[in-house]
Amino acid sequence: MSAADRSDGAAGAHVQVRDLAVARGGQPVLEIERLELPAQAVTAVIGPNGSGKSTLVGTLQLLLRPQRGELLLGGEPMGADAVGTRRRMAAAFQQPLLLSMSVRSNVELPLRLRGLGRRERRERAERWLERFGVGHLGGRHARQLSGGEAQRVSLARAFAAGPELLLLDEPFAGLDAPTRAELIDDFAAILSETRPTTMLVTHDRDEALRLGDYAALLMEGRVRQWGTAREVFDRPVDAEAAVFVGMENVWPAELAETTAGGAVYRAGEMLAEWVGEQVDGGAPPAAGLVCVRPEQIRLGRPGAASGRNCVEGIVREARPAGAVVRVRLEAEPTVAVDVSRGAWEELGLAVGDCAAAWWRAAAVHVIADRGGGARTGG
Amino acid sequence: MELIWEGIVEAARLWARGDREVIEITLRTLAISGAATGLALIVGIPLGALLALRRFRGRGFLVAAVNTGMGMPPVAIGLLVALLLWRTGPFGSLGLIYTPTAMVIAQLALALPMVVGFSLASIQALDPRLLGQIWALGANRLQMLWLLGRETRLGLMAAVMAGFGAAISEVGASMQVGGNLAGETRVLTTATVLETSKGNFELAIALAVVLVVLAYIVNLILTAVQQRPG
Repeated sequence: MSAADRSDGAAGAHVQVRDLAVARGGQPVLEIERLELPAQAVTAVIGPNGSGKSTLVGTLQLLLRPQRGELLLGGEPMGADAVGTRRRMAAAFQQPLLLSMSVRSNVELPLRLRGLGRRERRERAERWLERFGVGHLGGRHARQLSGGEAQRVSLARAFAAGPELLLLDEPFAGLDAPTRAELIDDFAAILSETRPTTMLVTHDRDEALRLGDYAALLMEGRVRQWGTAREVFDRPVDAEAAVFVGMENVWPAELAETTAGGAVYRAGEMLAEWVGEQVDGGAPPAAGLVCVRPEQIRLGRPGAASGRNCVEGIVREARPAGAVVRVRLEAEPTVAVDVSRGAWEELGLAVGDCAAAWWRAAAVHVIADRGGGARTGG
Repeated sequence: MELIWEGIVEAARLWARGDREVIEITLRTLAISGAATGLALIVGIPLGALLALRRFRGRGFLVAAVNTGMGMPPVAIGLLVALLLWRTGPFGSLGLIYTPTAMVIAQLALALPMVVGFSLASIQALDPRLLGQIWALGANRLQMLWLLGRETRLGLMAAVMAGFGAAISEVGASMQVGGNLAGETRVLTTATVLETSKGNFELAIALAVVLVVLAYIVNLILTAVQQRPG
């Protein structure tokens, strides 16, 4: 696992997971050799459904008993004193899971459980409710809140506890788009001020990139890749990881020539120039997968580009996808391109037209094909 | 119809003149059924929580036993308790038969499955993720029980009402283990049966009315607690 190998080791890691195995209903669901959550940083845990993300949260909360493994929080083993360990953490989930009491009492609750006096509880609850923009709701019953309000209260409750470790399991997933965007903005601002060590489980790539300093990709219960968020998203270790992190263009390719700064690969009729660093200091792989993110490809009229890292083909599909138009260009190989709606209108292209697509060599990532195994380059 | 009306009038008259025996029987009824319900709650709620939250071998059999107990005929419970407490029975040396304590035990045996069953159902109906969140908030076991109690207040108060209802309304078991001794173990239900058998229908109806009013007042108070906003 290249990204794991590149990590800085235990130094600066506030949470360390070693040789962890968790089973549910007799089936192994999590097998993590090594994972670290760097102190005062956000580690986004991403992965498809059923990859073990929520099991990892439950295990760190000491709600699930692992078959084996070591969990360290601030260098101390977790689990000897479960209640004491949990009181150093806080969690928020997709469901706000507020108790049947007033909003203020909900936020005060973790402090009350820790034996804090009424005045301090009240002061901290009011402060965090204000900070999350729901100070005016303190006296309201938790059942009378909208989804967005309830999630703000849930996050205020988590922060009010003053946790060393903040565990967030899809906290924005159940919200409508505008509410979600607004809450993420507020949350990002609060997070940058307070900086608790945070693990954010999400299936949303944008959320992971926006909030995550680091990222861990879980697949089938194992950490497939782990490193800085940029690294995980830009340099996936294999085809499956590439598709998951949004590398829509993954083309099987063969080495055409080695250059001074990298190599040139041939994928169909297209030549892709790669200027990435060599993994293990070795030669560029003879065969592999050339990957380019759709948003890093530009689209133009035929003849707008020539040579390497470009291809011409027929527009077969142009589908609006949020702020962009996802264009599928039938060429050899087929290319997916994301262009802004404005740029798409300016180009005046339509389905059936001929178009050119091109990208910078720096956008190219190559995954070596080693007979089923994969390693990172790029 | 006339008889019922006369019974109601007689009940009002008994209370109006402060009939010592009726007041004494009423207070004894309250004390015995209250004690049985209280004990059923102390034992039953943690037991219900245990059955709701833990998975262990034999749990299914226990839950089935609780469900059976909820519909157990009082007369069968009374017979069982009487057999245990009779002088020749295994606990005969304690000398409890035909005492209020024996009646508390019999009523406890009737109320306990109700309390366990209702607690189990209401705790099991909670979102399991909420339980996880309560632990995550840093609760210890005692705080967990307190918060569970808060969250399942509606169901638990239903358990109290069902337990108290089962205890105060039964007659067979009280008769068998209490003996309906005047001034000692006579309660509203057994007194009603006695007066009916003697043909004193007015008094029997009057006692029944007192029983119903008493049960209503207790449930009115419990309902007020149950429906109080959180």
